[in-house]
Amino acid sequence: MLLKKLTEASGLSGNEKEVRDIIINEIKAYVDDIKTDKIGNLIVHKKGKNAGKKLMIAAHMDEIGLLVKDIDSKGLLKFMTVGGIDKRILVSKVVYVGEKKIPGVIGAKPIHLQKKDESSKVLDLDELYIDIGAKSLEDAEKYVKVGDYVSFATEYEEFGDGFIKTKAIDDRVGCALLIDLIKSDLDVEFYGAFTVMEEVGLVGAGPAAYSIEPDYALILEGTLCYEMPELESHLIPTKLGGGPAISIIDRTTIYNAPFREWIVKIAEKNNIPFQYRKTNMGGNDSGRIHTSGAGCITAGISVPTRYIHSPSSVMSKKDYDNSLVLLRAILEEYKEGKF
Amino acid sequence: MEVKDFLSMLSNGNGISGFEYRIKDTIIDAFREYSDEIEVDRLGNIIALKKGTGNGKIKIMIAAHMDEIGLMVKAIENNGFLRFTSIGGIDPRTILGQEVMVHGKDSILGVVGSKPPHLQTSEEQKKTIQMEDMIIDLGFTKERVSEIVEIGDTITINRKMIDLLNNRVSGKAMDDRAGLASLYELLKMLHEINHFADIYIVATVQEEVTMSGAFTSSYRVNPDIGIAVDVGFGATPELAKSDSLELGEGPGITLGGNIHPGLRKKLIEVSKEFNIKTQMDVDAGPTGTDARAIQITREGIPALVVSIPLRYMHTSVEVLDLDDVFTTAKLLAFYINSIKNEDELEALLCY
Repeated sequence: MLLKKLTEASGLSGNEKEVRDIIINEIKAYVDDIKTDKIGNLIVHKKGKNAGKKLMIAAHMDEIGLLVKDIDSKGLLKFMTVGGIDKRILVSKVVYVGEKKIPGVIGAKPIHLQKKDESSKVLDLDELYIDIGAKSLEDAEKYVKVGDYVSFATEYEEFGDGFIKTKAIDDRVGCALLIDLIKSDLDVEFYGAFTVMEEVGLVGAGPAAYSIEPDYALILEGTLCYEMPELESHLIPTKLGGGPAISIIDRTTIYNAPFREWIVKIAEKNNIPFQYRKTNMGGNDSGRIHTSGAGCITAGISVPTRYIHSPSSVMSKKDYDNSLVLLRAILEEYKEGKF
Repeated sequence: MEVKDFLSMLSNGNGISGFEYRIKDTIIDAFREYSDEIEVDRLGNIIALKKGTGNGKIKIMIAAHMDEIGLMVKAIENNGFLRFTSIGGIDPRTILGQEVMVHGKDSILGVVGSKPPHLQTSEEQKKTIQMEDMIIDLGFTKERVSEIVEIGDTITINRKMIDLLNNRVSGKAMDDRAGLASLYELLKMLHEINHFADIYIVATVQEEVTMSGAFTSSYRVNPDIGIAVDVGFGATPELAKSDSLELGEGPGITLGGNIHPGLRKKLIEVSKEFNIKTQMDVDAGPTGTDARAIQITREGIPALVVSIPLRYMHTSVEVLDLDDVFTTAKLLAFYINSIKNEDELEALLCY
């Protein structure tokens, strides 16, 4: 299954190769041109009908995680974070280190030996380390090295009422949607960009857009979703199962209103469930794409993702399916020039 | 069955304090093959007997607890999320972002969540998230959840034992399933050696909360010697050397008020004679093990504590070295073998 393969692969910002190789394998038979650019973005061209305007569809390949920065004399690994991680979610988790995916764990001091109130103190990154079972520095160095990327050892599993639990839904879900569009039988021309290093500052998207020079761009994402019982509805940005979330504004883009309304009309006309992304938090590749070159018009379409940026995120299969239906409907109208 | 496979079944299984019946069959099935008698008492303790040559003139009870720490369902919210509390000593920092199994009518997967970081004030972000502010997301509506889950159902972390380097493994509930794995190996070894004493191998319940299992099982067995096989704090950078045991260097042998000095002296002698690695473990008062209960059962029972070094105790990624599990079994086997008759025991117990 595509989403399982994509989310269980390790592809931290700056180290997207494993994910890029999976994607190349999936799509190479379905595209007219495919290239990996100078900084690692995977850019593809699919020919077909167009309305004289260039369309780019983007999703980022990279995920958040950890990076080994030192190995101590006992063979324990010290690390830094890659991308936005709340350090509080790291404790008591299993991880994979390096290309060989050496299993390791992030432990914590036993509660029995803690001083009073110690458990109400946040453990700092300096206090955490990864234990791979090595007995010394020399022992550890046989298997891992400084500079190894570390990803969470989370398995893809379906649960609940059509839900999926896995890591890196942000943004392998966008990659999966883009792959499905590339493989689809729609006779429509577009450029696909699987970008690098979104999580560390939207790094890949600018150069990708620069070389494509799009008029319009769709950015596919996994986005914030939290529905804690005590939250008032205006604090809930998206609802799981509520359909694709259409962006209005975030930290990086004020999305073009007419383009957004055009997309909303397509959803309404085709009875596709959708929702607005009701927060200005977060940002995505659109920030760089809409200001690239002479500028382009962007829209953000996202799959709601609970517990985003943590080892186990949650999404709904229904949201995925509805996102794909909406994207197909958009492409059908786009190729007829109806915007 | 290999000891490691048994440990993996125990670690992956579930049975928090008071709900050990969920794990009991795994233990009974494994112990039965090597026991002369096996029974389960009213509280759920599993008591396996391996008879010695002395017609019951000496009885040694060796206990490891089968319960694990865990969580329990407290409420079902309107949107189907669960609220929960803890059973046993749990650091709430180890629960955030975990996957769990909720053991209702079926065991179902859930994910632990909380108010997301960017909705927290900067003051809140500096603090840990308390258990009452976390939820479990089962991916079902309240109606569906209520068909499967009830208040009082137990919850364990969704974790499978994994191999680390150097014969080390990581998983949940190694405290004290590692002890049970050691006792399983010991039962096997008792078939290879002569022993005078009758050996009662006991898997106790509820050590993590009240030690009630150790009280009632030691009352019933009424042994001459009671030995608790538990886990000790494995050495890591944040722990003082004096508080911890090195992994791979053999079990800790506790010295202190909970321990019978004569029996302990003999245990050290045996370890030296047969070149079995052990470590010093000092605990002045009652230990946090079943030995604390055993020592004050009936008119008092001489007790020992043998501890398998375990890193990150009471997290879901506890780490141990399998060598220590085997070393512990070997030490106990030689110790049992060294007590040849009642007179010898009498001498050991003499103050």
